[in-house]
Amino acid sequence: MATEVGPTSVKAPASGGAPIHHAPKGVGEDNRIATQGRWAAWLLAPTIIALSVVIVYPIITAIVMSFQKDAGLDPATGLFTEGGPAGFSNYTNWIFQQCPAPGGGTVDCPPGTLGAQFWSATGTTFFFAAVTVALETVLGFWMAVIMARAFRGRSLVRAAVLVPWAIPTAVTAKLWLFIFAFEGIGNKLFNTAVLWTGSEWPARWAVIIADVWKTTPFMALLILAGLQMIPAEVYEAAKVDGASAWQRFRMITLPLVKPALMVAILFRTLDALRMFDLPYILTGGANNTTTLSILVINQIRQGFNAAAALSTITFFIIFIVAFIFVRFLGANVVEQTGAGKGKK
Amino acid sequence: MKTRNLLLPIATAGVLAMTLSACGGGGGGTTGGNDAASQGLDGRGPITYVQGKDNSNVVRPLIDKWNAAHPNEKVTFKEQTDQADQQHDDLVQHFQAKDPGYDVASVDVVWTAEFAAKGWLQPLKDKMALDTSAMIKPTVDAASYKGTLYAAPESSDGGILYYRKDLVPTPPKTWDEMMSMCSVAKSHNMGCYSGQFKKYEGLTVNASEAINSAGGAVLDENGKPNLLTAEAKAGMANLVKAYADGEIPKEAITFQEEESRQAFQDGKLLFLRNWPYVYNLATTEGSSKVKDVLGMTALPGKAGPGASSLGGHSAAVSVYSKNKATALDFLKFLTTEETQKFFATKGSLAPVLGSLYDDKELVAKLPYLPVLKTSIENAKPRPVTPFYPAVTKAIQENAYSAIKGEKTVDAALSDMQKSIESASAGQ
Repeated sequence: MATEVGPTSVKAPASGGAPIHHAPKGVGEDNRIATQGRWAAWLLAPTIIALSVVIVYPIITAIVMSFQKDAGLDPATGLFTEGGPAGFSNYTNWIFQQCPAPGGGTVDCPPGTLGAQFWSATGTTFFFAAVTVALETVLGFWMAVIMARAFRGRSLVRAAVLVPWAIPTAVTAKLWLFIFAFEGIGNKLFNTAVLWTGSEWPARWAVIIADVWKTTPFMALLILAGLQMIPAEVYEAAKVDGASAWQRFRMITLPLVKPALMVAILFRTLDALRMFDLPYILTGGANNTTTLSILVINQIRQGFNAAAALSTITFFIIFIVAFIFVRFLGANVVEQTGAGKGKK
Repeated sequence: MKTRNLLLPIATAGVLAMTLSACGGGGGGTTGGNDAASQGLDGRGPITYVQGKDNSNVVRPLIDKWNAAHPNEKVTFKEQTDQADQQHDDLVQHFQAKDPGYDVASVDVVWTAEFAAKGWLQPLKDKMALDTSAMIKPTVDAASYKGTLYAAPESSDGGILYYRKDLVPTPPKTWDEMMSMCSVAKSHNMGCYSGQFKKYEGLTVNASEAINSAGGAVLDENGKPNLLTAEAKAGMANLVKAYADGEIPKEAITFQEEESRQAFQDGKLLFLRNWPYVYNLATTEGSSKVKDVLGMTALPGKAGPGASSLGGHSAAVSVYSKNKATALDFLKFLTTEETQKFFATKGSLAPVLGSLYDDKELVAKLPYLPVLKTSIENAKPRPVTPFYPAVTKAIQENAYSAIKGEKTVDAALSDMQKSIESASAGQ
């Protein structure tokens, strides 16, 4: 998808007439199209059924569950009893941080409950997403530009760069845990005595460093794919016209790679907003490194229904972010497609 | 070009859906099993025993032995992962599905109350009664909920205070005594004391020990939080003061079991609170600097031995089992002296039978047994409550803030109290 995006606007005049849709849609073809449509529906059905089983059903179940109370304890028998309908109490537990009070009713969630951590976890999640994606984009771009050049051993570099991405996140997290241990390589190498996982900012930076190390190659490859679709002639023409290297980068590379870049950033942002393994293993969520996903997992052990509410909230938060991105991106895409259609 | 238009939303929706569907999997009913508890009591036949990864290969030989003696009631071993959280979640899923295939399950002491309150464990009374008179009492308490035994104690574990024999001729008996010895550590340029103070389950263990050893308790007999006492405050304050004064080194808030063992073995600590497994490694590992000077004693308390948190596992029968008579026999088999001895020698698992701690042959092999016996006899189970996951989080969160000095001891205990109250208020 990303590879397709780059060149279109450039090549549009060349391939202009778009020989893809040859025949105009005549009346006689309606039947054929109807048959085709029916066939298509049949062929798509298995996929759609599979998707509804593995995606739609769990989502609906989660939403239904989020309106159920978690099991409470019957003081007489000491056994759990079904909670019954909850209204919005699972949601207010998170958003307004209202926890159940001992005598009935609710109180502000005391520190030490998961409810009290919702907003700080949301903040942490966005902080991680913003910082890691920004760093990864810059570093990834730089790596992509280097990899796009022709030099001896280029394929080796490209393969080597992918190594951090290929290591499972849990393993990465363990590796960095050893590096950031008090007696670990990190402190030994720089002759420091930082409690990497023991205080707020070092812990956050530990997570960010590990995440950037791991996912920059992914960014680099996506951007590289975009870069390679830019035809060399454009650069040559610019050179002939006397454009400087910076001008060529700003006026040609950036706009032409932007569609691929935006897709890469979107993917990474959505991914970063679900960050779980790295902070979970590195810090256990201590020192303000609890992300929303960690909070969900912690809550699952305490009660499924409140966890369902939290994951629904997380869903909407990420959805809004994705929506903003797609609108932002979509403007570009729609414009190009619109132009294409106009020509047809 | 059209496909490009479509791909983005689809891909986006896909990613989003994954975040949500990953969380929607669990759920379902919570109660039930009360009828099931009266069924299958006389059932005999093949059963399954479920346990976490059998690292030291003790379970298979035992089951082979049982199977040879009971050809019609064979036991199949289902091995889970070696991660406690995953074992817990696996058991929850199977119990929720009322799986009759999970006949006997090995349950961590801190899960017993939760599973019992969900009605998933067969009460071990009447027809299913089990004789526990030979077992050390705290191990039985940890397997009980509301006065009923729900599981057979299978293995135990308790904290031990390791110390440097070369630097401390007589080990401390109380916390204050230990703190007064910290000048020795200072003159040797080492840390004085450490346990496990990273924010994880180990911190609950250490904080409960501090509170219990000072005579306090996290929960009272009725399972209500009881942290606003002078004793609880004194216990928590011990830790906080020691950390502020530097007697507990500052890196200790990043220590789990292994990091603290490493520090002690490298000669950087005078006293270490840890589990019995340290003994073997500290005396045999080539890099250990404490090989010949390793001393062991009971945890220090207020006026005598402290109250260790209890570890270990119990074997419970699922209410959904169809062959409960066989299952009960198997539980008895797991707690015989012979089996317990085998667990201790082959798997270094602390026995639940008091008599074995005085067994000369065993003590020769595992010299920490006498100390461990004191530890376990004085041990307090970690808070026994069906809301354990919430309780342990409340303790970790607030104890961590208190130790780091971000909160006063009073505020931390009051927040702990309120959080536990809120968790057990249900909704």
